Amino acid sequence: MIEVRLHGRGGQGSVVASKMLASAILKDGKWAQAFPEFGVERRGQPVTAFLRIDTKPIGAHYRIYKPDHIIILDPTLLGQINVTEGLKDGGWIIINSSKSPDKIDIKGNFKIATVDATEIAIKHRLGSKAAPIVNTAIIGAFIKATQTVGLNSILQAIKEESPAKPEENAMAAKEAYDNTMLE
Amino acid sequence: MMKVIMGNHALSYGAKLSRVQVIAAYPITPQTQVVELLSEMCANGELDAKFVKVESEHSAMAASIGASAVGARAFTATSAQGLALMHEMIHWAVGARTPIVLGNINRAMGPPWSIWTEQNDSLSERDTGIMQVYCESNQEVQDTVIQSFRVSEKLLLPCMVVLDAFYLSHTYEPVDIPEQSLVDEYLPAFNPPYRLDPDDPHTFGSLTDSKWYYELRYKIEVAMNKARDEWKKANEEFENLFDRGYGLVEDYKCEDADLILITSGTITGTARIAVDILREKGKKVGLLKIRVFRPFPIDEVRDVLGGAKKVACIDRNISFGHSGIFFAEVKSALYNNSNRPPIWGYIAGLGGRDVTPETVMEIVKRTEESDTPEELIWIGLKKG
Repeated sequence: MIEVRLHGRGGQGSVVASKMLASAILKDGKWAQAFPEFGVERRGQPVTAFLRIDTKPIGAHYRIYKPDHIIILDPTLLGQINVTEGLKDGGWIIINSSKSPDKIDIKGNFKIATVDATEIAIKHRLGSKAAPIVNTAIIGAFIKATQTVGLNSILQAIKEESPAKPEENAMAAKEAYDNTMLE
Repeated sequence: MMKVIMGNHALSYGAKLSRVQVIAAYPITPQTQVVELLSEMCANGELDAKFVKVESEHSAMAASIGASAVGARAFTATSAQGLALMHEMIHWAVGARTPIVLGNINRAMGPPWSIWTEQNDSLSERDTGIMQVYCESNQEVQDTVIQSFRVSEKLLLPCMVVLDAFYLSHTYEPVDIPEQSLVDEYLPAFNPPYRLDPDDPHTFGSLTDSKWYYELRYKIEVAMNKARDEWKKANEEFENLFDRGYGLVEDYKCEDADLILITSGTITGTARIAVDILREKGKKVGLLKIRVFRPFPIDEVRDVLGGAKKVACIDRNISFGHSGIFFAEVKSALYNNSNRPPIWGYIAGLGGRDVTPETVMEIVKRTEESDTPEELIWIGLKKG
């Protein structure tokens, strides 16, 4: 079983991203489960979402405490919350950032991948310039780094599940996939 | 077709596949998502049903009773305080023998306000005569709605399909959404023996004195008693058509078990993981999931638990001044049985407190180390 935690802010699409990944994993012939932090979500506030991936049906119904990988949709969260809490040694941290991985100030036995999801989202007119929706771009970086989901599956899932602009969202994921910087 | 959907929508798909004709609902969290999708399906023509917006949950059930009394298949959904407001009308639905299916997302009762899971809302309806089925996955939620209409309409008893808030309601899981033609084969159109009809006027539920009320109550119990077999039959035919099924109970690794855990809802899947870990360590632990709570599966509970040395029941609910409610029901089922293993009662996860495999293993350890059964043990209680 692979477990993933996503950190974003209300309005960036963290929960939708976890659901798109779950749908793509199903297309890959595997089992998935996606869920938000159980509570009340507010625009701009920190939001957490979770994803489980397995080769068999998933009976686990509790919070993820020790994720294998972390996805960070908003780099301003780094100073605010402990984003690496419980992260397993050797896990990937995928961050929305224009910096290269070696410039990211996170200490620990982790691997870092970066992509400028904000720029990609603005380029494809996803959300507004002030509040771009970066979820599909960061998904592209996640699968590039972890190889846990097939590229075609995720592009298809994004097209099916995007509330708006399905083609642009898929293009954003592909562009992020091609431009992810790996440590 | 396999699709990743949330538990709220699993209820919606179950209702749609059952070709419900009337949906009466009042929007309360997470109601909005259950009936939001159904209202969209009604608006875009996917579902040929009348969507009735009402001003309260009491009215939602009242409108469902009216619809069912004229012979329409009726569905509604609610949670917590909303279910409590329906309480009077649930008694009415049972007495009038209207086979309505009600989806209830288990949420803790306020105050203090909570939107997180706990079973006290549905278990407070225990003695109304509505059937109750507790689900552990979104697949089971969807399938149970379809099965419920079949059993309910056969017996003319309403049924409540119950799922945990968030752990299912807002969790996305792959669900096999079957072809409509297959569901049509399984679930024939609702055709009640009695219905309100202006051309042949009769009444439902008018004043009945002591000469006959007693017998009418007896008939409800006769139907409830039959329901055990009807659920089994409904499930066998479901398995034949859909290649999956669910019993009144489900036992997991119980055959040679010294200690058997009892669970309901999503704690079941988590407890199964704990059982697997403990089995690898050589511990003979099993698990009994209680799915159908009303009618209570007395024979199955006796059969599965009879051979165990110890039983530990996990309740995400409490009857204040007594014990966990599943615990009390199981203990009562065993009392007149010749094999009567001692049973420990644990309260866990109230108000959505997380229950992990570690929580379940702590329960097993505590039960193993104890010689005398304890009936009310609060697991993970903070001090002070």
